[in-house]
Amino acid sequence: MALNSLEMNDWETVIGLEVHAELATKTKMFSSALNSFGGEPNCNTDPVSLGLPGSLPVLNEKAVELAIRVGLALNCEVQKSVFARKNYFYPDMPKAYQISQFDLPINKEGWLELPDGRRIGIERAHLEEDTGKITHVGGGGRIHEASYSLIDYNRSGVPLIEIVGAPDLRGPDDAREYVSELRSILVAIGASDGKMEEGSLRVDCNVSVRRSETEELGTRCEIKNINSLRSLGRAIEYEAKRQIEIIESGQEIEQQTRHWDEAEGRTHKLRSKEEAFDYRYFPEPDLVPVEPSEEWVKEIADSLPSLPRDRRHLLAEAIEVEPSETSLIVQRDLDTFALQAISFNADKNRVLVHLENNLADGIGELTPEAFASLTVMEMNGELTATQAKTVLADLVELGGDPQEVAKSHGFESMDNSELEEVVDRIISENSDDWLSFINGDETERKKKSGFFVGLIMKETSGQADGKIVNQILSAKAKN
Amino acid sequence: MVQRISREEVAHVARLAQLALSEDELDAFTSQLAAVLDHAADLEALNVDDVEPSTHPFPLKNVLRIDDPGEVFAIEEVIEVAPEVEEGQFRVPRILGES
Repeated sequence: MALNSLEMNDWETVIGLEVHAELATKTKMFSSALNSFGGEPNCNTDPVSLGLPGSLPVLNEKAVELAIRVGLALNCEVQKSVFARKNYFYPDMPKAYQISQFDLPINKEGWLELPDGRRIGIERAHLEEDTGKITHVGGGGRIHEASYSLIDYNRSGVPLIEIVGAPDLRGPDDAREYVSELRSILVAIGASDGKMEEGSLRVDCNVSVRRSETEELGTRCEIKNINSLRSLGRAIEYEAKRQIEIIESGQEIEQQTRHWDEAEGRTHKLRSKEEAFDYRYFPEPDLVPVEPSEEWVKEIADSLPSLPRDRRHLLAEAIEVEPSETSLIVQRDLDTFALQAISFNADKNRVLVHLENNLADGIGELTPEAFASLTVMEMNGELTATQAKTVLADLVELGGDPQEVAKSHGFESMDNSELEEVVDRIISENSDDWLSFINGDETERKKKSGFFVGLIMKETSGQADGKIVNQILSAKAKN
Repeated sequence: MVQRISREEVAHVARLAQLALSEDELDAFTSQLAAVLDHAADLEALNVDDVEPSTHPFPLKNVLRIDDPGEVFAIEEVIEVAPEVEEGQFRVPRILGES
């Protein structure tokens, strides 16, 4: 059964994400082997990463510090925490358990703000060790068809922070925005490099659907093996549609863990609830509790840089727009530049427009001061919007002073009396059109306005400022 | 007296731990585990309302290590202990499911 978009509209998709991020420490979580990506298989192991009998874990202080940084950046409460053994039998963890945190995570109950201002709940952000990396061989690398598997234990014991989000997200766009925001935060605070393509940021996605206007959550499925923001969106779309089709056909959703297959563009069942692992968590006897002192937490809080959210708000206040409108500029790391230009009395709106539309590839040689003068020249009518773009491109490439660059292009503003003469001449040459401009309805007026502006621009070889031409036209129409 | 653990539960836990137990072993471990649980139940009878829960016998916290790199195994040493090796990695039978 295929669903059209109208039927999809009767449904709401509810998403909660679990994000694992590798922490940017030099060494592993519980031993001094290097935490590094790449390199020959099994070149960074020691008794602890291999789970050899008799080896004992010792907690890395830096991993704890970075976890606290993450917690504070996500507005969590940092608390006394205890490590737990998560028991399961699988060759990626040779000691048959993973050291994680269970009932007492280091960070609990926070939130993250999306660029549009919505707050998404963070349930917890806890520390755990990464597992070895398994490569399935044969069957095109697919789990179900593999003939055997190879394991590299370099990743075993790398410190991870698992960030568990509340089911507050409502669709693929929400989910992508959440992950981008989270990644920006992790990178900004130096907790992780956030590289999805290298697996240092991994996303598991819980998806359920419910009829619009209902409160109760539907049965969810967890999707694993999502390797990019693009696959995240695709996987959610596929999974929501699959679930809706099942319910619409009168059946029930079975709680499952599913595997995203990028090549096929679909999810496959990995295991059902009955087959879910029974982890038998218990407190890790080889490690003592972590209870960060208030001083340490404060010291870490004081060392946090300005976060993307704060930067959006700061710039939005300076430009006097909504924070969502400054999101792109912050993402491009141009907000400091924008603030500097504004401090040189740049026109705020032109700053926003240029940074969003005309400086996507960076500012090159452009200085905040030159940028500010350029926007002022535009506002004074010394440059038209089109001319300003040309001057801006030159300033980015070569630097320099906007006045000089404008002159070198022959962009000299016409004085208004000169312009008015041109306007009068054009009007008298097109008197029928002028009458319909004055007397026509709004559509007609718009059409004729475009007609006149076009003629005047042509007549002045684009030297006239379109905005001023419009002003002159409407002034003359009123007389 | 109530049996604190069933034979089925013991079989389940054994399966999770990948242990193959014979019928006799299952019987033996069921009664042994029940005895352990009886002992734990004795402790449960105590009133511990005023005692803070502990997760560790030693009153220690924040035992931390500086993030300094140390020694690692040579790759040959590592793969020597692998039952099967391919391309410097541990080779294991095909695995269904994923952790």
